[in-house]
Amino acid sequence: MDTQKYVIKQISIFSENRPGRLAAIAHALGEEKVNILAFSIAEANGFGVVRALVDHPQKAHDKLQSLGFNIAFTDVIAVKMQDKPGGLFEVAKILGDAGINIEYSYAYSGKDGAVLILRVDQVEDAIMKIKKSGATLLERSVFH
Amino acid sequence: MFWDKKIETMKPAELRELQLKRLKKTLDQVQHVEFYRDLLAKAKIKKTSITSLEDIQKIPFTKKQDLRNGYPFGFFAVPLKKIVRIHTTSGTTGKPTVVGYTRNDLDVWSDLIARNMTMVGITENDVFQNMVNYGMFTGGLGFHYGAEKIGMTVIPSATGNTKRQIEMINDFGVTTIHCTPSYAMHLSEVAEEMGTTLDSLKTGLFGAEPWSESTRKTLEKRLGVTAYDSYGMSELFGPGVAFECPERDGLHIWHDSYLVEIIDPKTGEQVSDGERGELVITPLVKEAMPLLRYRTGDVTMLLEDGCLCRRGKKIARLTGRSDDMLVIRGINVFPSQIEHVLLKIPEVGNQFMVYIDRINHLDEMTVEVEINRDSFSGELADLARLQKKVVKELRDALELRTTVKLVEPGSLPRFEGKAKRVIDRREAI
Repeated sequence: MDTQKYVIKQISIFSENRPGRLAAIAHALGEEKVNILAFSIAEANGFGVVRALVDHPQKAHDKLQSLGFNIAFTDVIAVKMQDKPGGLFEVAKILGDAGINIEYSYAYSGKDGAVLILRVDQVEDAIMKIKKSGATLLERSVFH
Repeated sequence: MFWDKKIETMKPAELRELQLKRLKKTLDQVQHVEFYRDLLAKAKIKKTSITSLEDIQKIPFTKKQDLRNGYPFGFFAVPLKKIVRIHTTSGTTGKPTVVGYTRNDLDVWSDLIARNMTMVGITENDVFQNMVNYGMFTGGLGFHYGAEKIGMTVIPSATGNTKRQIEMINDFGVTTIHCTPSYAMHLSEVAEEMGTTLDSLKTGLFGAEPWSESTRKTLEKRLGVTAYDSYGMSELFGPGVAFECPERDGLHIWHDSYLVEIIDPKTGEQVSDGERGELVITPLVKEAMPLLRYRTGDVTMLLEDGCLCRRGKKIARLTGRSDDMLVIRGINVFPSQIEHVLLKIPEVGNQFMVYIDRINHLDEMTVEVEINRDSFSGELADLARLQKKVVKELRDALELRTTVKLVEPGSLPRFEGKAKRVIDRREAI
């Protein structure tokens, strides 16, 4: 099975925990006409990582790097959910039953339904297990 | 009260004679140290070149960096089997400075401490709680042995657990405490929170960091003690070098044991009494680790006026440094040590900033460091691990807990010329 088409490139940006950092990132992406599809911020002691799914990851990467940001690509996968009560439970149960450990996750609800973005430790293994369980994985081409 | 009245009140002429005799003995003793054999040979100084105390100015200075170059035992003038104890103090980079003691050194050192404590009226009837680090820091065991020599009842409580410290003071009827002035301030606040008073206390001995007259007043009021300033450094045995007498107007330095010079740190020339400069000391009674003209880095002056107590010339209270050494919670820290630690961690850059604050009377040090562009994996957990690693490496090197802030690459100031990496935001204590 070609698992690669399900691997999505998230951009991860190191950011100090101080006012204006998110605005600086968002402004740069806007200037480059990069659209943000999903987004989250994880914070630790005095710093954080801004995570985003964008339509043009390489363009976003180059622009932010040129501005001095510390940025890396992270492989994530996206699972379709039903946008109704119990939708998350269905997917979460499948992942749990399949023994997939989630490092972190965030979700968005768009015009084509709800999507759960997952960062897992064994990406290929997880893709195969999720496919087998009958849940729907979104292909990379949906995003970029 | 005197511990050793004859020595403590010696007439100037007699004292100078004793100092010269001991200086000559020290010149013999340093011949066992390769560094000094070379130093004196290069400066063409023989024992016969030193015929008066003024002749000491012919001898080159010894700096902390020299001691570091001798790591670990390069400055020992006796075989290791004669060394009965080793302490260390922070070096300017990487390795600590090692100091060693013979059995006789420990006896002489504890005698000096006994002099200090007796000078301020402490006797065998006193109960003493020694609230400083008993590890490699010389303040713990130094005061401990001096107090035992006097015959005081000694409680080696060391640092930490302030509530327990307060309970012991009250339960054991402690009359005398030794700690840093900032810890004393903290102690008084915790006692207040606990709703207790420390009625048995009479005397507070405070040292290891500079403190002001207004802190003295505050501590005396809050703790009900008479507060005395204590000065020393590991290279000169430890605490006990100089101490206030009941006049509390300058510190008596023990001239029979330490030959004092005050120099202009730029020119190296001696300055007159009453003029500020760097304290340079030649210890006159050290066996294991004799030193010649040691640059302490501490700024003070010799006071012109004599003292009512009839002891020798005093030095002014120490307020500053001629180098960039910081005193954080009584621990000496050189910015170069921080740089050295960061150089060993490839995931962070070499630029850094240090902020020092005083929060609830305790010093807090925050180190900002840039993460390296190439070492960012994109994972928060890796960053958190890196942050912990820097904290641990700094703690191992400085013996000090710090707060580490990871910042974006390129965000810290770059300096052309002299870097100003330390922002000390502490109010004077």
